Amino acid sequence: MKQEIILAGFGGQGVIKAGVLLAYAAMKENKRCTHFPSYGAEMRGGTANCSVIISDLLISSPVIGEADTVIAMNEPSLIKFEPRLKKGGLLIYNSSIIASKPKRSDIELLAVPANEIAESVGSAKSANMVVVGAYIAKTKIVSPESVKLSIPIVFPGKEAFLTININAVDKGMAVVK
Amino acid sequence: MNPDIIKYKTGEKILLKGNEAFAEGTVRAGCRFFAGYPITPQNEIPEYLSWRLFEVGGTFIQAESEVSAINMIYGAASCGARALTSSSGPGISLKQEGISYIASAELPFLYANVMRGGPGLGNIAPCQSDYFQATRGGGHGDYRIIVLAPDSAYEMGNFPKLAYDTAEKYRNPCMILADGLIGQMMEPLEFNFDFVDVEKIPSKDYVVGNCKGREMRVINTLHMSTDILEKHNWDLYRKYEKIKAEFTLFEEKYTDDADIIIVAYGTAARISMAAIMKGREQGIKIGLLRPITLWPFPEKIISQLAQKVGKVLAVEMNTGQLVEDVQMAVNGKAEVYFYGRPGGNIPTGDEILGVAKDALKMKNVEPGKINVLNKL
Repeated sequence: MKQEIILAGFGGQGVIKAGVLLAYAAMKENKRCTHFPSYGAEMRGGTANCSVIISDLLISSPVIGEADTVIAMNEPSLIKFEPRLKKGGLLIYNSSIIASKPKRSDIELLAVPANEIAESVGSAKSANMVVVGAYIAKTKIVSPESVKLSIPIVFPGKEAFLTININAVDKGMAVVK
Repeated sequence: MNPDIIKYKTGEKILLKGNEAFAEGTVRAGCRFFAGYPITPQNEIPEYLSWRLFEVGGTFIQAESEVSAINMIYGAASCGARALTSSSGPGISLKQEGISYIASAELPFLYANVMRGGPGLGNIAPCQSDYFQATRGGGHGDYRIIVLAPDSAYEMGNFPKLAYDTAEKYRNPCMILADGLIGQMMEPLEFNFDFVDVEKIPSKDYVVGNCKGREMRVINTLHMSTDILEKHNWDLYRKYEKIKAEFTLFEEKYTDDADIIIVAYGTAARISMAAIMKGREQGIKIGLLRPITLWPFPEKIISQLAQKVGKVLAVEMNTGQLVEDVQMAVNGKAEVYFYGRPGGNIPTGDEILGVAKDALKMKNVEPGKINVLNKL
């Protein structure tokens, strides 16, 4: 099994960290993984993104050509990365703030009102955890237990938010039913 | 040694960026002095060391410039410390004067170049633009640097021990030549060596400081007598020949039945492996020779493979630097191809597989001449 995921959003939405969380959960399950962030000037104000690959086999290249999944947290990310999905790929998009509809008809769509769900569990900042939940429920690439156990390690010093983050993952998973 | 300073157990699986793995690896290998100046894409190294060296009782200095930093390193190495600096292309250029002095003084130290696009200010994207600078010494004078090229977070974390041990064995600077992708990418790794107790590193009989009760030692690179300097040059030459004979590292993959051999290092080697695996699924037999030491260059094995296989393809993220060493190793005995992506663009596995197929199809190619496969 191999999943190549692009996570994208604006700086502050926690897409880079959401990618790290997926990679850490994969490592916990003794899977191979790579996480490659966009870095530099584009991280201030503009879009931030990262490429995560999770695989049972050795990963040669951490660079993603065509992605299996794109997680778009804002409109510019949807516009930029929808074309990067392979045919039949999965597009998860944050329908709370993305007004327009994805254009392609040869991909699978999953609209997640991530901001609203995040606010309902107590912190708008946990929107990234909501989409992680939706993603793992849909693909089963890593187990919810691995993700939840990885949260305190990937977010050290944020123990106060641990329950909120775990609830956000659960609510995200519940979107996929 | 206070055991609390050991952050990770040997063999413990951890998830770090290449730059962070390198920084922790240097501390673990006994580095207790860092001086440097920020530049992307290597900033995680000083960022990490700024708190980590503090934890282990070391010294971290953000200098006012690269020139200042490298001269602090000269001082620390003169006193026997396992010293470290890191930068990217433009900053390494500024450090070359000092590196030349340290090479002449025959002092061991470690530095990393996490390469970005060049020349000039270039950009901050991953690139392999500084191969010539790294493998030809880089600064003025007649000297060589031992150059290790990691292709993973694992090697970023574990090469520092090898680098310090080798640098001290030969009393020569050693560098890690990585790029923005190897530095920024996060992947699981484990340390394969135990945390070095710096108090147990044997003291060196050539370093200065604490001279009470012993004869004075001098570290100097000015030799006004032509005869003395010529002798020093030949002494260095003999040392470099010894390093060449004893410390050449490479990795071979799928070369046994290959119809073409890719020679690539670092990120380019990693991505070439994607091409090789996909090619194998299609019945196309490509092998990989990955130089791990760029200097000394693994010329013997490339020469042997070239004669056996007949086609060699150098893949680089530049317009052709390593390919010149490949051409020299091949020495007219095989066809030499080149494919490059400069400017910070990263090739894909499919792209490299495509050019390997092109090279396999080409007939009546003059042996030894570099055939550029980019469609320009």
